[in-house]
Amino acid sequence: MIPLKSPILDPRIKRVDVEQTFNKTVVNENENWFSWEVFHQKKRGDQHIHVGIVHAPDEQLALLFAKEQYGRRLLCANIWVVKSSDIFTFSYDDQDMFDNATAPEKQYRDASGFKVMEKINRYKKLKKEKSGTH
Amino acid sequence: MEHIKNLILRMADDELIIGHRSSEWTGIGPILEEDIAFSSMAQDKIGHALANYTILNKEFKMPEPDRFAFFRSEKEMLNCQLAELPIGEYDFSLVRHFLFDHADFIRYEMLSDSSFTPLAQLSKKIKGELKYHVLHADTWLTRLGNATDESHARMQGSLNEIWNYALGIFEPSDYDAQLISDKVFEGENVLRQKWMEKISPIIEKANLKIPTTSQPVYGGRKGYHTEHLQPLLNEMNEVISSEAEGTEW
Repeated sequence: MIPLKSPILDPRIKRVDVEQTFNKTVVNENENWFSWEVFHQKKRGDQHIHVGIVHAPDEQLALLFAKEQYGRRLLCANIWVVKSSDIFTFSYDDQDMFDNATAPEKQYRDASGFKVMEKINRYKKLKKEKSGTH
Repeated sequence: MEHIKNLILRMADDELIIGHRSSEWTGIGPILEEDIAFSSMAQDKIGHALANYTILNKEFKMPEPDRFAFFRSEKEMLNCQLAELPIGEYDFSLVRHFLFDHADFIRYEMLSDSSFTPLAQLSKKIKGELKYHVLHADTWLTRLGNATDESHARMQGSLNEIWNYALGIFEPSDYDAQLISDKVFEGENVLRQKWMEKISPIIEKANLKIPTTSQPVYGGRKGYHTEHLQPLLNEMNEVISSEAEGTEW
């Protein structure tokens, strides 16, 4: 089991305690290191965005390398690494499945048609008036 | 003020020289990612040196950093001899990086509440960079110490070779007593003890052994150096010196 940093705020994410971890990974001669997909987060709460890959024998070194490769010139709050082999994808042969996503007759799927600002403003005004009476 | 100047100069020269040495790996590191990481840490070190030379310039009216860094003879350099040794093979550079950076990290940690404010401020500013440096060093040491017979033997060999030079980081200084009484810095002795406490369990985890006999290599802090420093200084000021001779870049 990989020692993890506590507390774990999001149970889906394994936060590796790099300092405490030592997993002996054996990479045999003529064997390649693994490739890891790197995701960069600009500030807390932002999405992690894919920025590239690093090669490393294990997750700790992948994080160490990713920090210098992708974190040294950008504002950075956090980095994820995911083994490239753990990524699942469609084939480009199936790209036609996505073809009509932006077709004009499907505009009804856009959330942009909803006019809510008016309602929000009305609600805000109401709330302000209420709090003013107290 | 001589005691503070001397402390900062020792730190700055260490960082300048080890930073330059580490940068010699740029382009020839063992793998691309490690090459970039090691080079980036080398740049950090030069940055720390610059910060310290800048303090000397601003607070003590010493010459401006570029001239001061590049135009002193080896007799005027106060870096420990550990910093100036050639890079050797990668195991040598990694072990030096491990031993030096733990001392560097703890030194700045001790300076975080120094009565000399510029040093306390610098300590806070670079804390995160140094944290990465020691994490990088620990990760490699524990892995290579435990990997193959060859990697283990190389790491142990380098540790044996470097150990006495590493103890030279903590060369007693004539200014220690005054630094301690002025609450600027707790002194090289305390630093060495903290360093031993910190690195011993990591070395053990790496399945390596600290040499049982030791003979610290002193002299660097007083301007006595190995034959490797002067050629390095010549190389470092080659470009800037050529300008004085009329070369345009």
